[in-house]
Amino acid sequence: MDFVKADINYDFIGKKRIAFVLSMLVILLGVGSLFLKGGPLYGIDFAGGTLVQVRFSEAPGIGEVRDVLAEKGMGSAVIQSQGEEAIAVRVKSEEGQSEDISDEIFSIISERFSEQEPSLELVEMVGPQVGSDLRRKGVLSIVYAIVGILLYITLRFQFRFALGAVAALVHDVSITVGVFSVMNIEFTLPIIAAILTIIGYSLNDTIVVYDRIRENIRRHPKDKLAGVVNSSINQTLSRTILTSGTTLLVVFCLFIFGGEVIHDFSFALLVGIMVGTYSSIFIASPVLLLGGKGASAARTSIRQA
Amino acid sequence: MRTRVKTKLIIVLLVLVGALVAVTPSLTDALPGWWKKILPSKAVQLGLDLKGGMELLLEVQVEEAVNNALTRYASDLKTVMRDEHIRIRRAETTAFNRLLVEVGRDKYRDEAAAILREEFPGIDVSEESETTLVLSFPEEEITRLQENSVVQALETIRSRVDEFGVSEPTILRQGSRRILIQLPGIEDPQRAISLVKRTAVLKFMIVDEQASVDNVPIGDVVLYGKDYDPATRRVQRTPYVLEDRVLLTGDTIKDARVRYDTQFGRPYVSLEFDKIGARIFEQITAENVNRRAAIVLDDNVYSAPTIRERIAGGAATITGDFTPDEAADLAIVLRAGSLPASVEILQKWTVSPTLGTDSIRKGLMSIAFGFCLVIVFMILYFRFSGIVANIALIMNLVVIMGVLALFQATLTLPGIAGIVLTIGMAVDANVLIFERIKEEQRTGKTVRAAIDAGYSKAFLTIVDANITTLIAALVLFQFGTGSVKGFAVTLTIGVITSMFTAIFVSRTIFEAWLENRSLEKLSI
Repeated sequence: MDFVKADINYDFIGKKRIAFVLSMLVILLGVGSLFLKGGPLYGIDFAGGTLVQVRFSEAPGIGEVRDVLAEKGMGSAVIQSQGEEAIAVRVKSEEGQSEDISDEIFSIISERFSEQEPSLELVEMVGPQVGSDLRRKGVLSIVYAIVGILLYITLRFQFRFALGAVAALVHDVSITVGVFSVMNIEFTLPIIAAILTIIGYSLNDTIVVYDRIRENIRRHPKDKLAGVVNSSINQTLSRTILTSGTTLLVVFCLFIFGGEVIHDFSFALLVGIMVGTYSSIFIASPVLLLGGKGASAARTSIRQA
Repeated sequence: MRTRVKTKLIIVLLVLVGALVAVTPSLTDALPGWWKKILPSKAVQLGLDLKGGMELLLEVQVEEAVNNALTRYASDLKTVMRDEHIRIRRAETTAFNRLLVEVGRDKYRDEAAAILREEFPGIDVSEESETTLVLSFPEEEITRLQENSVVQALETIRSRVDEFGVSEPTILRQGSRRILIQLPGIEDPQRAISLVKRTAVLKFMIVDEQASVDNVPIGDVVLYGKDYDPATRRVQRTPYVLEDRVLLTGDTIKDARVRYDTQFGRPYVSLEFDKIGARIFEQITAENVNRRAAIVLDDNVYSAPTIRERIAGGAATITGDFTPDEAADLAIVLRAGSLPASVEILQKWTVSPTLGTDSIRKGLMSIAFGFCLVIVFMILYFRFSGIVANIALIMNLVVIMGVLALFQATLTLPGIAGIVLTIGMAVDANVLIFERIKEEQRTGKTVRAAIDAGYSKAFLTIVDANITTLIAALVLFQFGTGSVKGFAVTLTIGVITSMFTAIFVSRTIFEAWLENRSLEKLSI
């Protein structure tokens, strides 16, 4: 069976302008959202604070819970529904707040809604110090990963390719971050993990195309670079679609069946894998062609490599 | 069959058997005795998010340990100065590493400084004003005290947790002053927290009967006791004016046990002092007959019984409105000793076992569905070759679990997600190879030549692509904590094992299949 005809020769490179503009628009949308909302929405682990998740036989209304907590002076608590049987209560960490705030919250809720058999399911408390530590580490880890990959590709291919790959990475990460901001999804440690995975995955795709470009340049040294790049994308298209397809398939299973705890994580992967596939075709490869002189310099050194 | 193919088949089978052996303990509890003797018998470790339990990140307040040490000097110093007939107006720790000593008259200052320098050579003494001196520790001493306090806190917490009876607790030092505690499967997190956090400094002090709370003389302190009033159903705070001298501390406790009084069956804690403690206790009780001795734990007065007579033998009791659990925990902390400084909770994470079980179920379901979809897809798309890839995929799953069990890596929910992701990525290598083989077949190569070319041309691409994922996973491992680290672990293992199964195993299957067969065209 073949999804993609063997002799396909679609003009991807010809669409690079449209692709660049489209990507820029999506990225700007995300950046705009981040700007309007004053930065990303941080989860408990990065912002610090306390999260208490309570399971009931049947969850009370969010408004009811809010009223009960407000009566006890916790009006600033954010209450979220977690399916039909659970709610999550979040409070920011404040100066002089007792460490037992999670127990207070649970005892208030369990007293008021005792008929709905409340049970404490999850408690997460992160001090502000740890939160800012983790935030710094999170950003650093993404930077380290990108630098590490840049080095590796420079070593295996050459710097121009590394630039293209990193352009695609930055593209993927900013779109994922933007989508999260637009959809008001919180940034947590697992999301950073997802972003790092997206970085690795998007590269995976990019490298397959790059490898083919390098091979084709060696085989047809006389051909125009743009044509070589385009036919390389076409030759690997079947594989690109298949792999993205199978990976999306499993991540989709994770998204559907994995439950609340890793819902956002699998959503990030879902977005990232789609964007990563798109970028290895429309961003990473066309970037190689940017700058006339550079392009010819690129092929000379590829031939020598 | 050619020997080369045979050798490869044997390698594949050996790895498969090895992985199966490593996985078996995770699947069953009933391992035969001989198995445990010669084969690995450890099951895959589940993280707290799957098992339920609590994780705490504590920070030892090391500055406090330094100041506590200074404060101990303050009480020694008063004794020394009393012997020398120098009046000390006050001696107290006013800031970090700063013990302020005020002498009664300015003429005493230099004399006091000289005595202090001689008596306490390890401490810096500096003149601050006409009547005040400042004592502080030199830099190395601060470092030593802080380091000691963390080491000691770690030891103390470890022995408390051990006595609390948690199975397989993890207590680790993190960085210079942090302690990470993992308590899988505990039922009452709050109780465990108070057990771990309690400073548990026990002091015996004498009640100053002459003084009143409104007029506290110099040299006395006011501490409070908590009394439960059954009439009002409220906890009352009762003030006690105590002489600011610690007669005996908890350091000299040899044993502490819960007992029940014979009359009402109420729990109390009985203490047994070591030899030195017993001697001091006897002396104190002898000197203070008919006065009240306050038993102070972490600056709360538990009780203040009147000393009727000299007590020899080194035994005392602490009574209060304890529940049996509270009394048991008090006995544990007194046995394990006090913390050198208080600890602050930086991070707390508790997961109920039901949520953990739920996560396991959902994780397994995701694996099962993802796995089945991929398998079906591969067969539909690649036919016979798809089956070969599927065999490699199944083997990959087994090997991942085997490696997890063998290295005793912790499996977490994100870790399961990592396995799911690996399923998707593992077929990538086979897709790459198969698409390449298709291309080579189109150029008119024989089946065997096409397979050879497909594998060899796709090989470097696969390695390159996987190494970038590995770089990302390693960075994540370095930076991630807890459950996220579990994701990095399975992703790393999965990427490595998938290279083996997708390249080596699938090729071996092809080669074995093609032995003595000549195919016109490969079903791919």
